[in-house]
Amino acid sequence: MNDFSLLLPEFLVAGLAFFILALDLFIKENWKRYLVWVAFFGLAVILFVSLFIESEGQLYDGLLEFDEFTKFFRIFFLIIGGVTVIISREYVDSRLKYPGEYYGILLFTLLGAMLLASSAELLTAYINLELLSFGLYVLVGYERYNPKSNEASVKYILLGAFSSALILFGISQIYGLLGTTRFDEMSVAFSSLSSISPGMAVGFVLIVSGLGFKLAAVPFHMWAPDVYEGAPLPITAWLSVGSKAAALALAIRLFSEGFISVFGELQPILIVIAAITMVIGNLLALVQKNIKRLLAYSSIGHVGYLLMGLAALVPIAKTGSVAETFTNLVYNGLLFHMVSYGFTTMAAFLCVITVYNKTGRDDISAFAGLSKRQPLVALVFVCALFSLAGLPIFVGFASKFYLFNAVGGQGLLWLVALAIVMSLISLYYYLTIARQLYIENSEDDAPIAVSFVTKLTLGGLFGVMIILGIYPAFLLEAIQRATDALISGNLLSLV
Amino acid sequence: MVGVLEVLEVLKIIDSSILLCLFGLPMLGATLLLFIPASALKIIKIVAFAVSLVVAVLAIYIFVSFDETLGGIQFQRIYGWLPLPGPWGSGDDAITLSLGIDGVSATMVLLTGIVMLTGTLISWNVKESTKDFFILYFVLLSGVFGVFVTFDLFFFFLFYELSVLPMYLLIGKWGSTSKFKSFVRTKEYSAMKLTLVLVAGSVLIWVAIIAIFFQAGIGSFSVIEIQKVSETALSPTFQNIFFPLLMIGFGILAGLWPFHTWSPDGHVAAPTAVSMVHAGVLMKLGAFGIIRIGIVLMPNGAETWMPLLIVLGAVNVIYGAVSAMGQTDLKYVIGYSSVSHMGYVLMGMATLNVLGMNGAVLQMFSHGIMTALFFAVAGMIYDRTHTRDTLELRGMAKKMGVISIMFTIAGLTSLGLPGMSGFVAELLVFIGVFQSYGHLGIILGSAAVIGAALTAVYILRLVASVFFGSTPEMWENQTDSRPRELLVAGILVAIIFSVGLWPFPYIEVIESGVNPIVAAISGAG
Repeated sequence: MNDFSLLLPEFLVAGLAFFILALDLFIKENWKRYLVWVAFFGLAVILFVSLFIESEGQLYDGLLEFDEFTKFFRIFFLIIGGVTVIISREYVDSRLKYPGEYYGILLFTLLGAMLLASSAELLTAYINLELLSFGLYVLVGYERYNPKSNEASVKYILLGAFSSALILFGISQIYGLLGTTRFDEMSVAFSSLSSISPGMAVGFVLIVSGLGFKLAAVPFHMWAPDVYEGAPLPITAWLSVGSKAAALALAIRLFSEGFISVFGELQPILIVIAAITMVIGNLLALVQKNIKRLLAYSSIGHVGYLLMGLAALVPIAKTGSVAETFTNLVYNGLLFHMVSYGFTTMAAFLCVITVYNKTGRDDISAFAGLSKRQPLVALVFVCALFSLAGLPIFVGFASKFYLFNAVGGQGLLWLVALAIVMSLISLYYYLTIARQLYIENSEDDAPIAVSFVTKLTLGGLFGVMIILGIYPAFLLEAIQRATDALISGNLLSLV
Repeated sequence: MVGVLEVLEVLKIIDSSILLCLFGLPMLGATLLLFIPASALKIIKIVAFAVSLVVAVLAIYIFVSFDETLGGIQFQRIYGWLPLPGPWGSGDDAITLSLGIDGVSATMVLLTGIVMLTGTLISWNVKESTKDFFILYFVLLSGVFGVFVTFDLFFFFLFYELSVLPMYLLIGKWGSTSKFKSFVRTKEYSAMKLTLVLVAGSVLIWVAIIAIFFQAGIGSFSVIEIQKVSETALSPTFQNIFFPLLMIGFGILAGLWPFHTWSPDGHVAAPTAVSMVHAGVLMKLGAFGIIRIGIVLMPNGAETWMPLLIVLGAVNVIYGAVSAMGQTDLKYVIGYSSVSHMGYVLMGMATLNVLGMNGAVLQMFSHGIMTALFFAVAGMIYDRTHTRDTLELRGMAKKMGVISIMFTIAGLTSLGLPGMSGFVAELLVFIGVFQSYGHLGIILGSAAVIGAALTAVYILRLVASVFFGSTPEMWENQTDSRPRELLVAGILVAIIFSVGLWPFPYIEVIESGVNPIVAAISGAG
């Protein structure tokens, strides 16, 4: 009945997590720093497996759905997870104790993210979201003796729990009124409704708010800068890429399967949230002095662009069938920009981590004169910043162009214009960092040594930024398959 | 015999991918430099020079072998890049690297090649982080070449942004801060201003490109394809709404008043070679963009808005000249004179007639060469005296005879002395302006001529005070130009005279590119 081979990568990740936790109990203290390689190569094997297994189908009577969309996100999470593990290596060695628990819990959050992409039912999605969040609550507070880390953790737990409660309440509203929580049944039930009742509207708003919390969309973003600042740096990177992408995966599936027939009612909310998210995120980033907070606000800005794509999934005009619109371009653009944002952010954070490991400082002026102290890190960092700002030849340019272009085609040209203006504003604060890197001089001219593994990772991420920027066609092919899985299955039949 | 055949074979391959090489080689050069250790100065300079020389030769080859009797788009190559599936089908040719050269861009490519080579030579004495400087310099030029040779909106925009990207670091790191008595303009400020203003311009361009793409509705970013349907798909109303976006967006880079203020600041703060490229070539990207995308794709919009552009262009001419009169910094004078001269370009293209457009493009070329010479010489003077203050610099001709002659030649070109390139270009623009727009044309044409007279005032005054007269003691120990500097100036001066004395080869090439554009406008009108 249930073909559990569909879940093989998830089983393997869970197994790897338990294996690391168990191994941690038995090996000697000075061997524990090799656990990172167990985690990394374990993930590499799982990535290899999930690249080649055929996975199409449903599990548990449709609670989990496996299609190209799932596969795309699964592979994305595995790669980003692997990068997170590898960029954690030196940080964990030098600043955190208990590597076993660290990598174990990190893998559980990865598992939650992977499962979120395949969830096709609200409660399943909720459980996976909690699996992701609970691990993150622990990891954010992992620097036990750092008060900021503790503060961040408490803030994150309280607000995270609050947002989970919002989602649960929203789910209960929808279940109460529709009698189902499965996405496919929901859309059928919605399309038979003549109008949206107030209770249903409350349900929508609560679920959107809850997702907004997880995505750090304005006005639910207040936790993000503090948590980013307090959390250990690799976890900040994972928070800003992995957990956001997971929430986005859920949102995309939910909106294109569950809420598709009432998307018109939701769209104004999404447009408003997207607009204020990119405005507030980019404007507040202008005044930040701490690199983590700056990246936090800049990532809020990027969530704004992604939400803009989410808001444009289906065009405003309800007349006309989907085939005549640019919906698939929006899906592609959304996924493309998410991938681009993910890799670029990882590269930026790796640079921050490298400098932080050596200097212990994370204010922007700590990066003064980095081009002399460590040219490679400075180069990758400045390229990552240019990519985030959306300048060619980096992937950020191609993905922004694709996404903005697609949204513009959906009749939201004014929103795109706003996004482009915001992206101009973002250039200012990215350039202030570039100024520190290349123009300013530091008092301390001592070179910063970088390990071979870090160099390799930096080079790899740099290569990804350039290659995807110059020739993204092969990535877009994979993305197109993921898009087709969502659109052909649902949109065409329903709208 | 086999040897000859092999050479021919190689030539064929080069011929078929020559436009790719044009922006690919600088990029390749930048990549190569990335892997050379920063301490190997000699190798870095050799690589930089070799790449510049090859690219310059390619540019000259393209210009010479461009067949002006044939006209149209030559050296055409189309490489698929990214499909965009949509209502138009699979969209396999949605975004293509569509390369080609027409008469207008052939001239611009030649200009860029020459300025690139002379800029590399003049940067020989960049002391700090030479490697990083050349990497960014090559990225900049790769972007510039790319803009001139693409016929695809996406890649046009990509290269356009690529040419803006390195500017911040180039100015911020290698530039110089201007200090006057009560006024300080730091290089970081100028760099940030330049970058943000130019990117602000590209905001408008980006919005317009997205709008054009979807309005055309053929699922292609190719300028050639969109032009075919522009008459039917891009309605006059649409054109009237979106043409100003392009006009102002590109106009910002072309130094269009009142968005020109980034230009003097940026050019003054930039290191010599970057000033040469930026004022000489990059400002032309803006004017080129208005022609290539604005006028070609939206002729109706152009006809509606060009009267405004011609007025703004006239303001540019007068305003730039008057501002230049008040400057005491050598580079600020040149910076404002660029604003003034770009006004002729804008006026020329705004006439929408063949003469005016020819004049505009020739002025782009002439001004590029002339400004490059100006900035190169200003850089030579600054290298020796470490000041650009025209109140301090006096009687330089005594010790810097050759440098003074070069500067004077650039100055005379700038004020439009017959026999030099500026005269031909400005004359064409004047005639074009007088022919267009009835009474308005006559008024504005007169204004443009007055602008040229004002140029004579500030240039001659500057030349007289800086180079002639008695030499203060502090400047007694100066040296004249080195052979390398002489070579740079010599190349530029030779081109100025060749255009001035025998402009027809240039004008014929330009006209072959301008003719179809003007024909399309009269067709649409």
